[in-house]
Amino acid sequence: MEGWDTTTKSTLTQIPLLTTKAGPRDGVGWTQRLKEEYKALIAYTSMNKAKDNDWFRISAANPEGTRWTGKCWYVHNLLKYEFDLQFDIPVTYPATAPEIELPQLDGKTHKMYRGGKICLTVHFKPLWAKNCPRFGIAHALCLGLAPWLAAEIPILVDSGMIQHKDDVASSSDS
Amino acid sequence: MEAELKELLNDLESLKRSPPDLLNSSIDKLKMRVEHLSNLAKSSPARRSKVKDMSAEVIDSNPYSRLMALQRMGIVHNYERIREFSVAIVGIGGVGSVAAEMLTRCGVGRLLLYDYDTVELANMNRLFFRPEQVGMTKTDAAVQTLSDINPDVVLESYTLNITTVQGFETFMSSLKNKKFRPEKEGSGVDLVLSCVDNYEARMAVNQACNELNQTWMESGVSEDAVSGHIQLLIPGETACFACVPPLVVASGIDERTLKREGVCAASLPTTMGVVAGLLVQNTLKYLLQFGQVSRYLGYNALKDYFPTMEMKPNPQCSNAACVDRQKEYIIARPAREAAAKAEMVAEALLFTGGPLHADNEWSISVVDDGEPDGLDFPSSVGLPEGVVHELPSADVFRPPPAPEAVCLADDLEDLRRQLDALNAPQG
Ligand SMILES: [Zn+2]
Repeated sequence: MEGWDTTTKSTLTQIPLLTTKAGPRDGVGWTQRLKEEYKALIAYTSMNKAKDNDWFRISAANPEGTRWTGKCWYVHNLLKYEFDLQFDIPVTYPATAPEIELPQLDGKTHKMYRGGKICLTVHFKPLWAKNCPRFGIAHALCLGLAPWLAAEIPILVDSGMIQHKDDVASSSDS
Repeated sequence: MEAELKELLNDLESLKRSPPDLLNSSIDKLKMRVEHLSNLAKSSPARRSKVKDMSAEVIDSNPYSRLMALQRMGIVHNYERIREFSVAIVGIGGVGSVAAEMLTRCGVGRLLLYDYDTVELANMNRLFFRPEQVGMTKTDAAVQTLSDINPDVVLESYTLNITTVQGFETFMSSLKNKKFRPEKEGSGVDLVLSCVDNYEARMAVNQACNELNQTWMESGVSEDAVSGHIQLLIPGETACFACVPPLVVASGIDERTLKREGVCAASLPTTMGVVAGLLVQNTLKYLLQFGQVSRYLGYNALKDYFPTMEMKPNPQCSNAACVDRQKEYIIARPAREAAAKAEMVAEALLFTGGPLHADNEWSISVVDDGEPDGLDFPSSVGLPEGVVHELPSADVFRPPPAPEAVCLADDLEDLRRQLDALNAPQG
């Protein structure tokens, strides 16, 4: 597993793996897959809380479980920066990973595709492909979004592209 | 023209004040101005009207004379057939928009255009879109330009993302719609061109085409903008996009010196134009049945190297629709061979000794079903030099049976509530 730090690697190994290879058009298979997605997300969220490293909220935005929305945040210089988080489950899931979007950061960094989709490292897609269908939403967040926030948020803050919400509030008050 | 008119007014003002001896020459100058202006007015936007039949007559006003010449020269048997064809183009970016323009100028019958994006200034290093179209959806901007170029082409614009469940459904039903040519067999389109820039969308096109048994062509330009490829995919007959991990033409420079720090992708109008040209050339050959249709054609811009190859379908393909199409292809084999033989005989009678036009089987052998189970598909074996897999195959994986039986019993609502509880703000 080239390309990830040891913490990410050890966290990843603790997220339950999924077994059902089914996408949103697969009826009963998808319901089964959704259950596994929930279990992995529950395990991952609980683990983060236990380690005092809680960093996202995500829940299905429709009954079919094909669209997910939530929040993610990153602490830099003791300040918490929070962003909306969203993605669709692609029709070809789990052969292809969900494309994670942070719409508020669209246009603020080069490490993003159109529409606020985060640009993943060259290592993500090969690892996802190799592990189909074992990786799910929780794994995509752990391997894709967490390292992206860790790499990009400090740069965005230090370059002034994003401001802490308290700073924004106080400057608009004055 | 506005500036010219303003100048003309100024000149008229000065004419009033000019001494009588200079009057004549000033009037002559003004006359020239007015003539120039009326010429300008003549050349400004005149929409060409629709043409009912394609004519081979060589006159200035015939937009198809040079294309119909292909028929006179014996390159194409029946060029006019192009008006019967429907081509779907998925992704109206650097490759798709140029491909659409080429097909429009060729007089294709109908184009279906799919994209979810809008035109941006950042697209202006590529061909086709114009700065004044910034902010329009790419599909609408394309329809605007293409209908001006050739009003004979029926244009349909779909602003949607084919990888989402809803977008995919609309995509499928638009491909199935046969109202343009009800007597056509199969789906409502003759060819789908994938001009998207990401793996997810290519997999969605692959899924749709496998389900619809629809022949399609893939195209791609690498993120470093210096290589590309086109590929013909016939469900059941050739490898589908999921049969083997996606291929890329290596740029031939050390990957480690190519670190894309700080950017997602580069793009060049040249590479995209070359790939669009290769794609539409292959499309015309396929639709109008001339020359040899390439199965895979790569392009390495740094070395001007064009690898070609053919890929058989993978009997263990992870795409269920692909495996179904492969089975149908094997069942239809005797009939197909008999038909091919009959055609060979007929053609041999027609042109004894002359070259046959390549509407045949390309002597592809069908892989039998008896391959050992659970083996990875041979990875880089048999690939031409400089072509490599972009992604690995999925590891062989058999789900552990015992603990999962418990899972099945779990209730989805329960699990949802559990996650919601974890998501709730802590008091
Ligand atoms: Zn396949």
